Amino acid sequence: MGEIAGRDQQIANQMDTGAWSRDMMSNCCAGGAVALARSQGPEADFQTFVAADPEAFVFQDEEGNNLLHMLVENMHCANCIRSIEKALKSLDGVLDARVNFSTRRLLVRWQAGSGAAADLVRPVIDLGYFLTPYNPEMMRSAAAEEEKKLLRALGVAGFAATNVMLLSVAVWAGLFSEDMGPATRDLMHWFSALIALPAVAYAGQPFFRSALAALKNGRLNMDVPISLAVVLASGMSLSETIQSGEYAYFDASVTLLFFLLIGRYLDMRARGKARSAAERLLLLKAVAATVVLPDGSHKSIPVEAVTPGTIVHVPAGERIPVDGEIIEGRTAVDNSLVTGESLPVEAAKGDAVFAGTLNLNGAVRLRAIKTGDNTLLSDIVRLMENAEQGRAKYVRIADRVAEYYAPAVHLLAAVTFVGWWILGFDWQVALIQAVAVLIITCPCALGLAVPVVQVVASGRLLQRGVLVKAADGLERLAKVDTVVFDKTGTLTEGRLDLINEESIDRADLDFAASIARNSKHPLALAVARRGRAVHAMADVTEHPGRGLSVVLKDGEVRLGSREWCGVPADFKDANDPQEGPELWFAQPGRQPIRFLFEDCLRHDAVETIAALKKAGLQVELLSGDRAPVAEKVAATIGIDDWQAGVKPEQKTARLEELKAAGRTVLMVGDGLNDAPALAMAHVSMSPSTAADVSQTAADFVFQGRGLGAVLEAVRVARFSHRLVIQNFGLAFLYNAIAVPLAIAGFVTPLFAAIAMSASSLVVCFNSMRLIERRKGETQ
Amino acid sequence: MSVLVFLIPIALFLGALGLAAFLWSLRSGQYDDLDGAANRILIDDDD
Repeated sequence: MGEIAGRDQQIANQMDTGAWSRDMMSNCCAGGAVALARSQGPEADFQTFVAADPEAFVFQDEEGNNLLHMLVENMHCANCIRSIEKALKSLDGVLDARVNFSTRRLLVRWQAGSGAAADLVRPVIDLGYFLTPYNPEMMRSAAAEEEKKLLRALGVAGFAATNVMLLSVAVWAGLFSEDMGPATRDLMHWFSALIALPAVAYAGQPFFRSALAALKNGRLNMDVPISLAVVLASGMSLSETIQSGEYAYFDASVTLLFFLLIGRYLDMRARGKARSAAERLLLLKAVAATVVLPDGSHKSIPVEAVTPGTIVHVPAGERIPVDGEIIEGRTAVDNSLVTGESLPVEAAKGDAVFAGTLNLNGAVRLRAIKTGDNTLLSDIVRLMENAEQGRAKYVRIADRVAEYYAPAVHLLAAVTFVGWWILGFDWQVALIQAVAVLIITCPCALGLAVPVVQVVASGRLLQRGVLVKAADGLERLAKVDTVVFDKTGTLTEGRLDLINEESIDRADLDFAASIARNSKHPLALAVARRGRAVHAMADVTEHPGRGLSVVLKDGEVRLGSREWCGVPADFKDANDPQEGPELWFAQPGRQPIRFLFEDCLRHDAVETIAALKKAGLQVELLSGDRAPVAEKVAATIGIDDWQAGVKPEQKTARLEELKAAGRTVLMVGDGLNDAPALAMAHVSMSPSTAADVSQTAADFVFQGRGLGAVLEAVRVARFSHRLVIQNFGLAFLYNAIAVPLAIAGFVTPLFAAIAMSASSLVVCFNSMRLIERRKGETQ
Repeated sequence: MSVLVFLIPIALFLGALGLAAFLWSLRSGQYDDLDGAANRILIDDDD
């Protein structure tokens, strides 16, 4: 097994393409070993899976078999695919199990009546792959359909282009050797027409539709000259063929369509990849609410189905699913995702809590309240709507170029027509020359200039874990001169970490970690992360709201709150005078040990900020947290402009100020309180741990624990911008040479075909410079 | 040149065959999981 894994690793490293390549940095797993190490523990994962109510997602196919769609986490190599499929297929009753590695989805089909869904997929969860059931209807998007349509059009155009070219080459060869008779040439032209006309009618639709839509709105876009050139070239060639003329441009019109469709498909695919990844992130976070029924039993239902007045049970360590009022229990609530406040807030009966906050200590019951006009979320949404209206509509570079380019091209063609006519030629001859101008100027290279760069850039960013959600995000990011950061969850990790590790004895820490890993509580998780769980602890009891305990031969050991561990309120640890979230560790006959936690900075935050400043960007910090915390972070990280205690509306006000001062702002934030600012900024980014609303509002989403993604995105965006400008330059250069020749009437179909392909290739090769060199790559 | 009467239809037929194969592969979902296809060649079938 180890040998196979090693070989796979080698091969996989050589291939090293796509988003999963980042995962390959670590050792490849031998059938789930890595996955298991990363998961929180199969038992906990299984409970989470059951809580998501998988039976509700089971569908029946036509033959009455059960179908279940799931999202798979932790999957990262060929072995993972095999382990998962093998584990399922070896079960009785399972007809089919198929992993989709690109979208990280799993489809299982099994005979009805051979067991519950949860038990069926249990072996996969035990391997360490965390599963989330989903409804395929929710995933079906119009864009995916559109992508398939585009691919079909591409196939048809490709077929037509190659076959027409086959015939055209023969005709050109005949022109040179001058031994092809007119009858044979006509035959070739007729065959070309037979292939080209239906192909143009089918594959040209995306362009025709877009051109018509633009014209209806009284605008011009790049698709107008494209459509005009293709239609005119085909029409003119047909009339030439009927009159058994010498020149037909069928090959030009289909090749043009083929090249442009390639560009369009690549563009769509790059965005589709990012989109499906973003959708997946949101689906994974879609939480179920545990509702308490009148008879006291619990039931998991989707959050949207919770009605006001429903009693909801929230266990310790889980996110609060709905806005509500606590009716039972007391706990500390981590509001960081909502307000940016990093210290937990105490909440007891009668206090209001918000959806998206984290219940830290004890299980509580709350009564869901109406999502009316006074809830936090509705305030945020209202602010976001205002902010979006304030955002100037961005016109993409290609469209701005088209605004000047399209009229110029049409004018040139008209001038050519009139010129040749005045010079005394037949109107048909004049028309042929005008069409030749249209074909030559037709923006084949221009049509590829932006999409190819987009594809390469978003592919490179995807490898680094950055999803480009907005189509024009890269263009907008290139122009940025100011970066505004949120603090909690953006500059910091947004999770609590042990900070007084060095003042704790290693043996004690490992002992505590062994106990702590039995709990899902954030503080216990933080202890488990730092210590090595060396002792096997089977009978650890969790006391909600208090802590964990285990009875050993010399007495009970406790890990939990100050009161529960019997520590007097005035007892202070001399080494750690600092305040903050804490855990106490009490062992019989020994002084209790204090574990202190803090939301730590992202590991590369300081370097990233320094590098951003070096790149000529101004950096600001707008935090919803209290001033001392924000000041400390700003000082550590090297940000001079900072504001603390900022409310969502003050954040947008500050952005407004910056905009009025002529600055172009990139907003980076994760909290619900950042959402309006994210929607308003010129361009925005958020980490994948952000609140749903914020992720939806952001133009970019970055994964991983580092902040370096922000810097990388800015760099790639700037490089892309330069490449796009260069590509336009190259395309114009080509036109400057080719157009005078076309106006003068020197252009033949052969010349058009060569010029068009050459210019497209030059543009593509130029864009490829954005692909990172493998050697010397630092990650 | 009468050979063209055969050659052109043959060329077109072969081309159309390619197009049909492409459309079929598209329909049968072979373009749905490109990364997965790249990985699956590493899986041994024998065990």
